[in-house]
Amino acid sequence: MVQASPVRDSVTQWVDVCALSDIVPNTGVCAMVKEEQVAIFRVGNEAELYAISNYDPFSKAFVMSRGIVGDRNGIKKVAAPIYKQNFNLATGECLDDETVKIATYSVRVTGDRVEVGIN
Amino acid sequence: MKAKKNLVVIGNGMVGHKFLELMVGKDGSDNWNLIAFCEEPRVAYDRVNLSSYFTGKTAGDLSLVEPGFYQENGIKIYIGDKAVAINREEKTVTSENGVEIPYDKIVLATGSYPFVPPIKGREAPGAFVYRTIEDLEDIGAWAKNCKVGTVIGGGLLGLEAANALQNMGLKTHVVEFAPRLMPVQVDDVGGNILREKIEELGVSVHVSKNTTEIVSENGKIVKMVFADGEELETDEIVFSAGIRPRDELARACGLEIGDRGGIVIDDYCQTSDPDIYAIGECALYQKRIYGLVAPGYHMAGVAADALNGLTSSTFAGADMSTKLKLLGVDVASFGDAFARTSNSKTISVVDSIQGTYKKLVLNQDGSRLLGGMLVGDASAYGTLLQLVQNDIALPPHPEDLLMPPREGKPAAIGVESLPDSAQICSCNNVSKGDIIAAIHENQLTDPVSVKKCTTAGTGCGGCMPLVTTILKSEMKKAGKEVNNHLCEHFSYSRQELYHLVRFHKIKTFDELIERFGQGMGCEICKPAVASMFASTWNEHIMDVPHAGLQDTNDYFLANIQKDGTYSVIPRVPGGEITPDKLIVLGEIAKDFGLYTKITGAQRIDMFGARVDQLPLIWQRLVDAGFESGHAYGKALRTVKSCVGSTWCRYGVQDSVGLAIELELRYRGIRSPHKLKSAVSGCSRECAEAQGKDFGIIASEKGWNLFLCGNGGMKPQHGVLLATDLDKETLIKYLDRFLIFYIRTADRLERTATWFNKLEGGIEYLKQVIIEDSLGICDELEAQMQHLVDTYNCEWKAAIENPEKLKRFRHFVNSDRPDETLSYVEERGQKRPATEEEKVLAGVSG
Ligand code: SRM
Ligand SMILES: Cc1cc2nc3c(=O)[nH]c(=O)nc-3n(C[C@H](O)[C@H](O)[C@H](O)COP(=O)(O)OP(=O)(O)OC[C@H]3O[C@@H](n4cnc5c(N)ncnc54)[C@H](O)[C@@H]3O)c2cc1C
Ligand code: SF4
Ligand code: FES
Repeated sequence: MVQASPVRDSVTQWVDVCALSDIVPNTGVCAMVKEEQVAIFRVGNEAELYAISNYDPFSKAFVMSRGIVGDRNGIKKVAAPIYKQNFNLATGECLDDETVKIATYSVRVTGDRVEVGIN
Repeated sequence: MKAKKNLVVIGNGMVGHKFLELMVGKDGSDNWNLIAFCEEPRVAYDRVNLSSYFTGKTAGDLSLVEPGFYQENGIKIYIGDKAVAINREEKTVTSENGVEIPYDKIVLATGSYPFVPPIKGREAPGAFVYRTIEDLEDIGAWAKNCKVGTVIGGGLLGLEAANALQNMGLKTHVVEFAPRLMPVQVDDVGGNILREKIEELGVSVHVSKNTTEIVSENGKIVKMVFADGEELETDEIVFSAGIRPRDELARACGLEIGDRGGIVIDDYCQTSDPDIYAIGECALYQKRIYGLVAPGYHMAGVAADALNGLTSSTFAGADMSTKLKLLGVDVASFGDAFARTSNSKTISVVDSIQGTYKKLVLNQDGSRLLGGMLVGDASAYGTLLQLVQNDIALPPHPEDLLMPPREGKPAAIGVESLPDSAQICSCNNVSKGDIIAAIHENQLTDPVSVKKCTTAGTGCGGCMPLVTTILKSEMKKAGKEVNNHLCEHFSYSRQELYHLVRFHKIKTFDELIERFGQGMGCEICKPAVASMFASTWNEHIMDVPHAGLQDTNDYFLANIQKDGTYSVIPRVPGGEITPDKLIVLGEIAKDFGLYTKITGAQRIDMFGARVDQLPLIWQRLVDAGFESGHAYGKALRTVKSCVGSTWCRYGVQDSVGLAIELELRYRGIRSPHKLKSAVSGCSRECAEAQGKDFGIIASEKGWNLFLCGNGGMKPQHGVLLATDLDKETLIKYLDRFLIFYIRTADRLERTATWFNKLEGGIEYLKQVIIEDSLGICDELEAQMQHLVDTYNCEWKAAIENPEKLKRFRHFVNSDRPDETLSYVEERGQKRPATEEEKVLAGVSG
């Protein structure tokens, strides 16, 4: 089992979402997890995954999964696709506006399946 | 400690404030109690940029006074209080609010007031002047209920006021008494060109008009009547018929006043009473009032020196050279613009196609420049002014100075040849030496810091191009360069990276960043590199190694909208479309519930498509013979056309045919920024080709090619590269031009911006493209031919590929659409619901 950070202690259930190969390396997808829209990103060519809310607080649209991933000074981040604010993939913090933060989720790969944790 | 003496400054306008600043800077406040009277309800503000109040600047933005400046420096200022009397026997100043101050010295900086000619009915509500923030507030408030506005006076300020009225949406007229516009700055030829340009912008100009009456009905202005019996209907009037010095205080206390007004001063800015100085627009020096801020600032400096005991500095008149952009038209006038020097000679060039007029006034043997005027294109102003001010010997063919039509780089002189004493910023009296010293002492590397540090460029801004050139030249000398790295991941400019990609035949981002970069990349470098790959290797942009590099627009081959849906714009080459295709578009829009609109570039946009709908929509479009319009890409957008010789009675060539051919040739080509083009069938230019990255205008004998025009935020006319071309040559030049631009421009740099930075300007571009001076034309043409040969419709390729199609769904784990989307109907179509409407409908996220 490959596990990607950050995993919250309190995960009570892992929801199967898709195959790892459904996510093109260095892009994101959006999954419906218990009626919540979760953006899952695959960073690099392996199985390093991050999950954050799909809601972009700046445009108020559900589009985060369509941002470009990358890093700023080593911090892995995604740029919101509409107005390009950057969010820390691990913490959900907005790197361009410290007052803004979005939810993060636990995510892992079991076999070749991607699972999102909920609590 | 010596007892301080009282120095009373009357008037807190631009010059009065400058004087106080200088006194503080020169430690004058150690010897003087500084006391100021300010009639206006606020402290000094930037009157020169007053009009920007209409474009969003606030009174606070315009303020010239650093918050706390007066308190911190112990200056007592009476705001909203006017000095009403000077008693020279008792040596006191009295104010309207009854303040009485004993003085040792007075500085009068009372400025001027707008002259309102004695026209019957001039007091009517709806008639205004243009001098203070309050005036502008009143003009703006009144304009809300008006349709037509008229400015009386076609000088510098009048045209500025006209611009403001026009921007407020009024049909605007300018009425000028003299036979031409800006009679003080330009001659008849220049005035005519200016008038033509301004009328093209929709402002009506009436010259040689003497207004005799302003007629009001029911308390509102309705029209004005001229001496020749003609009438003009108008709802609002702004007077801008000149200024008169505010010398009333000085007059009342018996100071010497000029015949036509103005407080007489000597070389030290002293009036006829040695204890009273006068500076700025109220002062008359050698029978002259200086209605510009730079001479006023100079006087402020002289008076401050005098009051600090320095008698070495004197005022000896000032240069009235000006450069302005009025209604978007450049006008400059400098030195002896009207050739008043005896035996002087003039050279002038009138280009009625471009709408430019340039005149140089030379001394008798043609070795020195004495002055000149520029209308329509004043890019050469800075350099020409330097030639005059520094008395620099001209090159053997002074006419060359007018030749490179737009580069601001007349052949002969570079900044290197200017002496250190050369005054670069005349508004703030900053010399070349001052700028260089500041650059080195403070290690400045960008123009904005130079501006902050030296104050050069903080006035009219006209000197900034020269300031920037000096900065660049200094940095070059020091072996430094302005940092042009793409982003933190690549310590290369876009141009350098492009070269590396081609030279090392790099085809993936991973390889590029491993060999030449660091980190993982970001939203800046990834799309930029994707574009380089596309314009070099032309692989499908959705292929796996490239997919993650694309901005969402390129990833889904559609433009993202504010709610996360996309728009669909199929290609309509040249804007020509059959009725059947129009019907198909209508049917598709109807079937998918899309909002439709004609775009600004002659095609049809369908909005509100969800990602999952995109392939279905495109399947139908492709079946009907449409292909991607690349509206989402930094790529060729459209080649607009006018109808041309096939239908139009004036057309001399088939503009539609050429536009279609060019659009099909260059479709899909990825570039540093989007590319737009147009072809017009005759010189009437209905396709607006001169505002395009490449524009073609038919001539009797062939095609005229304009390059590097731009609409958008900073419109700029294209430059003429060559005339009367046959089609083959035209295409050859275009191939070369486009690849040369693609290879050398910065990221997100349109051709116009690229061109403006190109050293050597149009002459250089001609050498590269026409004469092949770099010997690369074969290579450029071959690269273009490769792109043309490998073109594929991106959408066709996508819908034929199940792997790629899989990505077009909102949820990876469900076929449901995004249910947070919400629309309301407006004018018979849907539009995204506002946040309030969503809350009402209960769908807010
Ligand atoms: C749809 C359209 C407006 C319309 O409904 O008419 C439009 C829409 C947008 N324009 Fe435009 N422009 C449209 C014609 C124009 C034109 C007119 C033209 O092309 O003849 C111009 C001025 C000409 C020019 O570019 O020189 C124009 C100058 C701009 C600019 C300013 C560019 C500049 O160099 O100053 C931007 C901003 C940018 O690119 O950075 C821009 C950006 C945009 C963006 C991309 C803004 C955005 O990020 O959302 C809009 C994308 C909308 C979409 O999803 O399709 N748009 N835009 C027009 C599409 C034309 C088409 O068929 O492809
Ligand atoms: C719209 C506009 C655009 C302009 N554009 C340019 C430009 O591009 N370039 C350029 O060089 N110049 C330009 N000017 C001219 C420039 O603004 C003036 O040259 C400059 O403001 C003169 O400064 P000043 O201090 O002499 O007069 P002002 O700035 O007019 O200041 C005089 C002040 O004294 C006050 N005052 C008068 N009498 C008394 C009294 N008795 N007691 C107390 N206060 C008193 C007045 O209320 C006023 O606030 C422009 C002017 C306007 C109106
Ligand atoms: S002008 Fe502005 S709002 Fe209008 S389409 Fe262009 S970018 Fe959008
Ligand atoms: S010349 Fe006006 S700001 Fe420098």
